[in-house]
Amino acid sequence: MQAEYSAFIASAYGISAVAIAALFAWILFDARAQRRALRSLDARGIRRRSQASAAGSASEAGQ
Amino acid sequence: MTDVPASAKPSRFSILANPTRFLELSGRLQPWLYGAALIALTIGLFLGLTAPADYQQGSTVEIMFIHVPFAWLSMMIWTVMSISALGTLVWRHPLADVAVKAAAPIGAVFTALCLITGSIWGRPMWGTWWVWDARLTSVFVLFLMYLGLIALTRALDEPGKSARSAAILVLVGFVNIPIIKFSVDWWNTLHQPASVLRVGGPAMPAAYLTPLLISALGFTLLFFALHLTAMRTEILRRRVAALSRLAARRAEA
Repeated sequence: MQAEYSAFIASAYGISAVAIAALFAWILFDARAQRRALRSLDARGIRRRSQASAAGSASEAGQ
Repeated sequence: MTDVPASAKPSRFSILANPTRFLELSGRLQPWLYGAALIALTIGLFLGLTAPADYQQGSTVEIMFIHVPFAWLSMMIWTVMSISALGTLVWRHPLADVAVKAAAPIGAVFTALCLITGSIWGRPMWGTWWVWDARLTSVFVLFLMYLGLIALTRALDEPGKSARSAAILVLVGFVNIPIIKFSVDWWNTLHQPASVLRVGGPAMPAAYLTPLLISALGFTLLFFALHLTAMRTEILRRRVAALSRLAARRAEA
């Protein structure tokens, strides 16, 4: 009885594990990609106003 | 409305409306959610896989400990999106559309897994991989709606532009959720009727009910952890898009 069904049970758990791992990896890589894009924008001096006023208030005051 | 003093402390709801504050809070909450999900899933699935074989279904009952949580999640995620859709349409909450867009792919994966694990369970127990009965068909329709929503929320270049239409699609699609839940009562289905959330209490011995509830809790926590991560990423994506536009304008000037 047990052995007869073990392939069904193993494939149900296996497919689920692979799909959830892939979803997790995709969400993680997407998060990294956006953080990297923000960093590279920041390196080019393109910041949000709220951060620019904190980081570059001196340069803004000069304008 | 007008008697609220301007100096009144903002409610928690409106504090969360500030994406920067949300990023801060969710960043602190995130590792705890993932940790709790891992613990609950380990305990739930261990208890489930060591539970005695069912007298009718044999060891295939082990599929229940993932199939039922996936089914529950497929409906809960659409419900979470429906509440968020109200947030978009009624309160214009800035994070509501972010929540809808981030939840859709996660919901699609869990719904697909619900269909796949159900099919694998159906083959040895029903003698067929698939039948077009009311329960299976209505869940399949839910899966297609997730795919449609993913396409809609990602069709436009500017993130967030599809917010209104996505919210309306989510609310219209919510009609399907009670249809899925009660399909086994309203129609003659090959799928068995409810055995946990039913009038008269769960019809299941504790040896199955306990691992099922713990594993359902684990998968629910996993969804909220993944959803939080995806929402944070979506906020960052919108910042990247806004800053890129700013950079392009500066380059033109």
